[in-house]
Amino acid sequence: MPTQSGIFHEDYASDMQVRPTTAQRVRIGLVLALIVALPFVADVGTMRIVNRIAIAAIGAIGLNILTGFTGQISLGQGAFLAVGAYACGLLMVYFQLPWTLAVIIACFITAVVGGVFGLPSLRLKGLYLAVATLAAQQIVEWIIIRWDPIDGAVDGKATDALNIPPNYLLGNEAWRLNDNEYAFYIVGMGLLVLVVIATMNLFRTHFGRAFIAIRDQDIAAEVMGVNLFRYKVMAFAISSFLVGLAGALLALHSTAISFERFTIEVSIEYLAMIIIGGLGSISGSIYGATFIILLPEVLRNIGRAIAGSDPASIAEFNRILPFAQQGVFGVVIVLTLILESEGIQRIWRNVKDYFRLWPFSY
Amino acid sequence: MNPDELQKLIRLLYTGFSDGAILALIALGLVLVYKATDVINFAHGEFMMLGAYVGYQSLVWLSPVLEGPLLIIVAIALMTVISIGVGVLVERLILRPMIGESVISVIMITIGMSNIIQALVGGIWGKSPRALPADILPGDGRFELIIEGARRPLFLSHTNLWGVVIVMLITAALILFFRYSKHGIAMRAAADDQQAAMSMGISIRVVFALAWSLAAVTAAAAGLMIADLTTGVSGNIPGVGLRAFPVIILGGLDSIAGAIIGGFAIALIETFASGYIDPSLKDVIPYMVLLVVLMVRPYGLFGQTRIERV
Repeated sequence: MPTQSGIFHEDYASDMQVRPTTAQRVRIGLVLALIVALPFVADVGTMRIVNRIAIAAIGAIGLNILTGFTGQISLGQGAFLAVGAYACGLLMVYFQLPWTLAVIIACFITAVVGGVFGLPSLRLKGLYLAVATLAAQQIVEWIIIRWDPIDGAVDGKATDALNIPPNYLLGNEAWRLNDNEYAFYIVGMGLLVLVVIATMNLFRTHFGRAFIAIRDQDIAAEVMGVNLFRYKVMAFAISSFLVGLAGALLALHSTAISFERFTIEVSIEYLAMIIIGGLGSISGSIYGATFIILLPEVLRNIGRAIAGSDPASIAEFNRILPFAQQGVFGVVIVLTLILESEGIQRIWRNVKDYFRLWPFSY
Repeated sequence: MNPDELQKLIRLLYTGFSDGAILALIALGLVLVYKATDVINFAHGEFMMLGAYVGYQSLVWLSPVLEGPLLIIVAIALMTVISIGVGVLVERLILRPMIGESVISVIMITIGMSNIIQALVGGIWGKSPRALPADILPGDGRFELIIEGARRPLFLSHTNLWGVVIVMLITAALILFFRYSKHGIAMRAAADDQQAAMSMGISIRVVFALAWSLAAVTAAAAGLMIADLTTGVSGNIPGVGLRAFPVIILGGLDSIAGAIIGGFAIALIETFASGYIDPSLKDVIPYMVLLVVLMVRPYGLFGQTRIERV
């Protein structure tokens, strides 16, 4: 891990530390304090958005393990989210499992499905793999729409939704996870913290390093003894495990789920999160998830402020808003890729470096 | 074979072929760009939609002053010119900075572009479908195909047949362009070996701009034809573009012949699966074919096998 000059590691233990400097430890402390303090100061609307960000961040970290760290492109993120969400929902509906157990089993189911769709990755690279995962997306979407038991429907209509039974945190009737944002925050944010710690440690083990070696140069990695097939499938499985977790949380955090929430557009949103946040960066995944979730909300508020209270301009605002949101989304992706392809994570580091080195940057 | 089954078979073949012609035209545009620039254009469906809307708008503007075939020809010429402009602009502004970037960046930038185009089209024209003010494809009405002993009469549309003819004409023109014109030969040379082509004095920038313009024009033609064959221009056109991905994987990413044969093959598989097994299979069977092709023959039927070097 690169650190500033003047910091010397004298034994392996200090060399392997995730956060070696005091400034970093202080910052971690501040972030944790913020996480604990947030529910005491935020209103319900803010908490809803924070929860959505937490879920998206878990999914984005999962995708980043596959795409950013291992270099395998996936357009099937929406499908894996769907597998997690529907597995969790169906386990609760048909087997009356408690939500904790349902979420865990859903993660493992998604990991297995992800591993299976990862099998072609041995022979396919780049574009071809992207198109293969596009196929996974379409096939899973079709199964959800067509297979009737999956949403209790009889006619296979696309509008049918799977109703999620109420779930209570610690069995307390007041803490209903489906719509109590404060109760869900404990679960969602807690899991996000766990996922971040787990993923950071993953890339200190030989698994994580093998993933990075495959991304940087797969043939060289193979020569050095990395079993490409095994590690690629494992990357798909680990990534899908986290994506499944995000999917299961999506199900917990709602009263009903339907296929519209897992379309190809969702896959693209998640890819945009890791591109804008920073490929191959855990903090980048969180920045990206925050950015993509906040973007439409911020645009709506700006639009409202501009439209004012005149009914004609409000009607015009309502007509333009979805297109403006989509257009800005596209422009942000294009500009990120052209101007700073390492994303927000890199911009943030540049800003920090600027102030750290100020006024003598050379 | 009893007459009713024969009738069904003919009907499926007819829709399969007319559908396949359009799929082939869409796939052709994707292959053109991939061959020349190594980019898979995920915004191709949006190019189709944009082209169709531009064609629609030209028809609306021109219909008070012109009429008959002249109206169609001038409108299509206007659409072609604008599409060429879009192709050149996209290449210059968006794709050129991406030369040498990783596959994921290139894929994402075309996806970003598709969002921008959708937002533009939606903001200007709205989302509800609009009928074209004049028929683009010649031939109107339908003709009856009489089969002895069939219970119901079978009507087939003239327009679909003309669609196939027009696709054939465009393909033939492209093949002639690649074989005999200076720029066409330069494009083939650049696709074969970029370095060698550059050292022979071929401008890669011109080749890239040409490839994107040709793709935009074929996409616009396909989009306008779809608009004419269905209810009109609408936001559903990009979805048709998505169907071209199985086609190019089946035919091979860099093969023009593969795009055409693959287009017909995928469309026929779609119509037969939906006609004989289950109508809803139409959406998913191309992707199942795609997965099988990727497992068995990753470079498609006619694609060039690439040897990876460290």
